[in-house]
Amino acid sequence: MSDVAVQHGLTGAYEPSLFGTYSKKIGMWLFLLSDSLTFGALLYAYSYGRISNPSWPTPFHSSSIINATFMTAFLLTSSLTMVLAVRASVDHKPKQQMWFLLATMLCGTAFVVLHGREWSHLISEGLSLPVFPSVPGAEASPEFVNVTRDVPQFPATFFGLTGMHMLHVTLGVIYLGVIAFRKKFIPVLLLLWLVAWLGTPAYSPFHYGAHVLLVAAIVCTVILWLKPKLYDSSDVEVAGLYWHFVDLVWMFIFPLVYLMSTRIL
Amino acid sequence: MATTAALHAHAPQGFIRKYIFSLDHKVIGLQYYFLALVAVFVGMALSLLMRIHMIWPTAVLPLIGEIKPETYLSLLTMHGTIMVFFVLTTAPQGGFGNYFLPIQIGAPDMAFPVLNMLSFWTTFVGFVVLIAAFFVSGGAPLHGWTGYTPLSALPSAGPGEQLGADLWITSIAIFCIASLMGALNFITTTLDLRAKGMSMMRMPLTCWAWFITAILGLLAFGVLLSAGILLLLDRNLGTSFYVPLVVVNGQIMAHKGGSPLLWQHLFWFFGHPEVYIAILPGMGVASQILSTFSRKPIFGYKAMVYAIMAIGLLGFMVWGHHMFMSGMSPYSAFAFSVMTMAIGVPSAIKTFNWLGTLYKGRIRFQTPMLFAIGFVSMFVSGGLSGPFLAQPVLDIPLHDTAFVVAHFHLIMGVAAIFGIFAATYYWFPKMFGRMMNETLGKVHFFATLIGTYCIFMPMHYLGLAAQPRRYSQFTEVAYLHRLIPLNEFITYVAIITVAAQFIFLFNLFWSMKKGAKASDNPWEATTLEWSTATPPPHDNFGGHTPVVNHGPYEYNVPGAPRDYIMQTDPVTAEAH
Repeated sequence: MSDVAVQHGLTGAYEPSLFGTYSKKIGMWLFLLSDSLTFGALLYAYSYGRISNPSWPTPFHSSSIINATFMTAFLLTSSLTMVLAVRASVDHKPKQQMWFLLATMLCGTAFVVLHGREWSHLISEGLSLPVFPSVPGAEASPEFVNVTRDVPQFPATFFGLTGMHMLHVTLGVIYLGVIAFRKKFIPVLLLLWLVAWLGTPAYSPFHYGAHVLLVAAIVCTVILWLKPKLYDSSDVEVAGLYWHFVDLVWMFIFPLVYLMSTRIL
Repeated sequence: MATTAALHAHAPQGFIRKYIFSLDHKVIGLQYYFLALVAVFVGMALSLLMRIHMIWPTAVLPLIGEIKPETYLSLLTMHGTIMVFFVLTTAPQGGFGNYFLPIQIGAPDMAFPVLNMLSFWTTFVGFVVLIAAFFVSGGAPLHGWTGYTPLSALPSAGPGEQLGADLWITSIAIFCIASLMGALNFITTTLDLRAKGMSMMRMPLTCWAWFITAILGLLAFGVLLSAGILLLLDRNLGTSFYVPLVVVNGQIMAHKGGSPLLWQHLFWFFGHPEVYIAILPGMGVASQILSTFSRKPIFGYKAMVYAIMAIGLLGFMVWGHHMFMSGMSPYSAFAFSVMTMAIGVPSAIKTFNWLGTLYKGRIRFQTPMLFAIGFVSMFVSGGLSGPFLAQPVLDIPLHDTAFVVAHFHLIMGVAAIFGIFAATYYWFPKMFGRMMNETLGKVHFFATLIGTYCIFMPMHYLGLAAQPRRYSQFTEVAYLHRLIPLNEFITYVAIITVAAQFIFLFNLFWSMKKGAKASDNPWEATTLEWSTATPPPHDNFGGHTPVVNHGPYEYNVPGAPRDYIMQTDPVTAEAH
């Protein structure tokens, strides 16, 4: 039965819900179902480009793989701390829950920061989209420049897929922040926005991309104003579902986009 | 928690919270309905301009001037987009689904009221963005509602392909997000909020149709969202997902290596389920009305449910039949062809059951019933050309002709519109507390039925005579000269049929104010919405949750005191 009936002050009987669970959880599962099709379409576009291009490049070296391995480790660790946060919330240990959520958010942030650094690094080396301005004073690697020129689908799918995933991780961190700290998180988010915006040079795609954080801060303010409630263990569990899904998507992107594009010398 | 409870327990009083940013599914349903009403008149006006341009290509119209060929393509694009997204998807699902799904299953509201409100306002923004495409420099896009690449991916490809095309694809992406929010809400509500006794197999067929439609929407719109994002990247970030090495006006574009077929696959993976998103709610409404006005239980309730499921499932496996022209492997084409024709089986089951419901019924020929029968008629007429087009051998010569236009307008356009009309006449008393005028309703029905048949039936012949679709001017083409009288006939009938829709518009607004007062159950129907007050109170059932004891269509049960048993009637009323 849903919260809606309770909110209306109705005590009448309802049919047992699906798997005896609550609406929010079903809603999140349905969202993840549709989001998996969104990612599925992107992965399909990637596979399509890869198969239809006879000379698909494999330009990544061990440095990219080592970096991505660290990112993967952070994301997997964050899933562990997320599970622990859900358990703490079920056991009614708010202090513990808060610390585990914070740990999850920090791991997620580390993932995004490492990923952002890698993007900037690749762009300065010449793996780029036509719209990204060239990095002043950067030394381009001929191999990446050739890839960008000969198979533009490679950087397009790389930035498209990982960018969409990075957006999901970022929104996930914000989601967890709102669950854990509610309106106290808004100033932190605004601070992060300023740091990301002013801390990046104007030629970086993150200079403008950082405004996602500002938009998210506005949306969070509206949501907290509409529903100013304490989040309970069900909210933590639902947020956990989302977080694990984002983690799972990375488990597809890491082998398909990184490992399969590597040439170990 | 306390604040939210207070927010919901009492109906909001302020105008803005009550009618604009309302959380009440009934108000949101009406908002969707009126948005679709505005959209359908815009879309209809565009189609009329196209018809006029087709037979008088150089005519100078008041206010608009002469319609240039590129303007014709803009009209074509915007007509298709407005009709498919903002009418056929918005009215039956967002409008009637929002209003009646919670009431029919005994719920006080949708599972996520805030999400529901956001879903409507997002749709509204999408509509505004789409209409804005008319007014930017270059005008509305030229690429048709299917947005085929590379035309839609290259801003230099034509006048409307600049900012107009960006607005178009942005509008589609916004609409996808809105539909995803709506679909998620519909599914959760259906699974989670059914009143005691309302098992899945006791739901009215309308609820089943909305439920399956929501599942289709949930799975299909996510894919279109991705496709749209990639198209935006191609247009604005210079990527080449969809664009091969291409020359526009003698200039080599910077793109290369992409595939236009990728767009077609992603688009039609959404596009075919979208056809069923438009038509399934109409099927549900037709089932409901045919049973009620024949005073008979629906023939083969379970078969109807499984047929809806089968149509939904098969709908995801047939997108390739839109792409027979793309030079796909004959083996793939064969597979898509077989799957497509397999959809004929559940469709035929539904038609058979509708006819079985009518057979030996004591039929009441009121306006909702006429439109429901009209729906079945259109569904059969439009459906019969489906098996022709499902075969690559026949599709390849017919695909770019008016034959296809006739086919999808009958089955997806007019049939779904008949479903919307039937639902309007049927539920109007519950929504506004008054009856719609019967005489005007019947005039409207016959004018629309005869009019649409006169428009779309001859188009089949035009198609077989090789009149191409999407062409702006063919009066100068020698081999099409003999078809001009038929085209003129279609245009004249179109003008009359559009005029007849103003009868409906008048009836709608006049009856809201002046119609005869409606009782709580004017059609003597059985489902839950007819057991509550008219119009329904804020929490739908006035502080209690109904208990359901009966199936949805128990008409003429032997031994019962009257010829229908409502779902909420006590068990003792049942004779068997």
